[in-house]
Amino acid sequence: MNTTIMLFLLQDGITNGAIYALLGLALVLVFAVTRVILIPQGEFVTFGALSYAVLATGKVPGTAWLALAMGAAAFALDLFDARRSLRLKRILRSLALNIALPAAILALTYGLAGPRTPIAVNIALSLLIVAAIGLFLYRIAFQPLAHTSVLVLLIASVGCHLALQGLGLVFFGAEGLRGPALSSAALTIGPLRFTGQSLAVYGLTIAFIVALWLFFGFTLMGKALRATAVNRLGARLVGIRTTLSGQIAFLLASLIGAISGILIVPITTLYYDTGFLIGLKGFIAAIIGGLVSYPLTAVAALIVGSVEAFSSFYASNFKEVIVFTLILPVLVLRSLAAPAVEEEKD
Amino acid sequence: MSALLSVSDAHVSYGKVEAVRSVSLDVADNEIVTIIGANGAGKTTLLNAIMGVLPLKGTTAFAGMDMAALDIEDRVAAGLSLVPEHRELFGTMNVEDNLLLGAFRIPKATAAQSFERVYALFPRLKERRKQLAGTLSGGEQQMLAMGRALMGAPKLLMLDEPSLGLAPIIVADIFRTIGELRAAGVSVLLIEQNAQAALKIADRAYVMELGEFILSGSASDIASNQRVAASYLGFQHEGASEI
Repeated sequence: MNTTIMLFLLQDGITNGAIYALLGLALVLVFAVTRVILIPQGEFVTFGALSYAVLATGKVPGTAWLALAMGAAAFALDLFDARRSLRLKRILRSLALNIALPAAILALTYGLAGPRTPIAVNIALSLLIVAAIGLFLYRIAFQPLAHTSVLVLLIASVGCHLALQGLGLVFFGAEGLRGPALSSAALTIGPLRFTGQSLAVYGLTIAFIVALWLFFGFTLMGKALRATAVNRLGARLVGIRTTLSGQIAFLLASLIGAISGILIVPITTLYYDTGFLIGLKGFIAAIIGGLVSYPLTAVAALIVGSVEAFSSFYASNFKEVIVFTLILPVLVLRSLAAPAVEEEKD
Repeated sequence: MSALLSVSDAHVSYGKVEAVRSVSLDVADNEIVTIIGANGAGKTTLLNAIMGVLPLKGTTAFAGMDMAALDIEDRVAAGLSLVPEHRELFGTMNVEDNLLLGAFRIPKATAAQSFERVYALFPRLKERRKQLAGTLSGGEQQMLAMGRALMGAPKLLMLDEPSLGLAPIIVADIFRTIGELRAAGVSVLLIEQNAQAALKIADRAYVMELGEFILSGSASDIASNQRVAASYLGFQHEGASEI
């Protein structure tokens, strides 16, 4: 085997693996805090990527309207929940979060979108839109089910995935889109050429992992999120709202998804349904990490990326088969090593 | 004297089974009240329902507020705190973080004072502050659970079997601390199977049997009650007869 080819493949694998690592970390985070296996993570990727690509053409993506519509639904749910004790302060807060915020994002998007809008602004707008969608998705689909079993949450999760994928087709059409690269710079080391884009992938992945580590290790809110993951009742007994933790988890997950999408879309053409497959690879990494371990998930993601790169070179027809087969021995090993898992009850 | 906590005609059910029937109780400011009773009498159920962990039929008022519409988190913010039977600590986080999260609902400046107060009450926790909660001994975990609850500067601390599974010397330590809480302006509602120890520090007591209160009164009256002595204190008074 040629060393140069191997290096190329490895570089490719690590670039993809870094993206899978981000997605895997988000899955572990959401599962730990809310017990939701976040299948729609892939839609956050697609929405982020394609919103960015549409914004780059100077148009306003339909997702900005979706955020407002979902916000309205979230507001309606808040009103319904509070029907017995209508407190003005609570309603105003809900109005600000669920209606004013997405309306402001929509207005901002209309105000700023144009063929000459700088890339950074487009990125910021896409992130805002997808973050709002993630936040409202939790309110609409998962907060009302927060007390139910993992299975019910998983079914809801699949439902959200299908609904959002369908909406993706409506907003972005069946043709794929590509977005502009973050930077056209390139760096050559020996036989390897690092594009600005792949450097951005490495840099942002590392920055995100460090930021998450700082957030969970050193901020009160990060610790509160960990506490919710460790002991839900204990967290409630010190006054940490499960819904607040859930909102933050979904906010982070949707941000991570959207960033991943924006990082990929200049490298490969993305379709409305591509996100699902990308998300699944993050999912495999998360499963290898047992849905609990962040470092194991990150390492597993790099392995998944590398295996994918090598198998697409040697047996490209079987690329996905090989990658997804990785999960089988892991599941067998895990089921042998771990005692029967009890459904958490609370 | 207006009651800090006042529960009236409370019913708590698990499905069709009524575990607590028509119970009323009061806790005044700066008072230590205990509920004693055998295993399965419904004491834990009652405490959980007062905290909002289980649904309660009846009325609960705390610090002049009707609590029906409040969830657990709101009750915590109002100054009610529960140290549950299983302690529910954050096992993979260290002692200091557990305590810090206990102050989640109070301002940062107050949290610093809370740390001092809790470390003064439980010097052992200060020694162990970088240790993971899950690796502490049973007694230390109980101290941490109480410390975490006290970090939020509650008005009323509800303790569910703090002596459960602990060595006698540690139990004595914990009960002494509960006694000291009064000086700190914290009222206590204490559930205990160790009736003797509980009655010694309490002002008033309720005796619970099969989901109902069968007796209530000052702790000394209850302690000298013959039936209580026979069933819960493990000895018979001179010439006592079964009631």
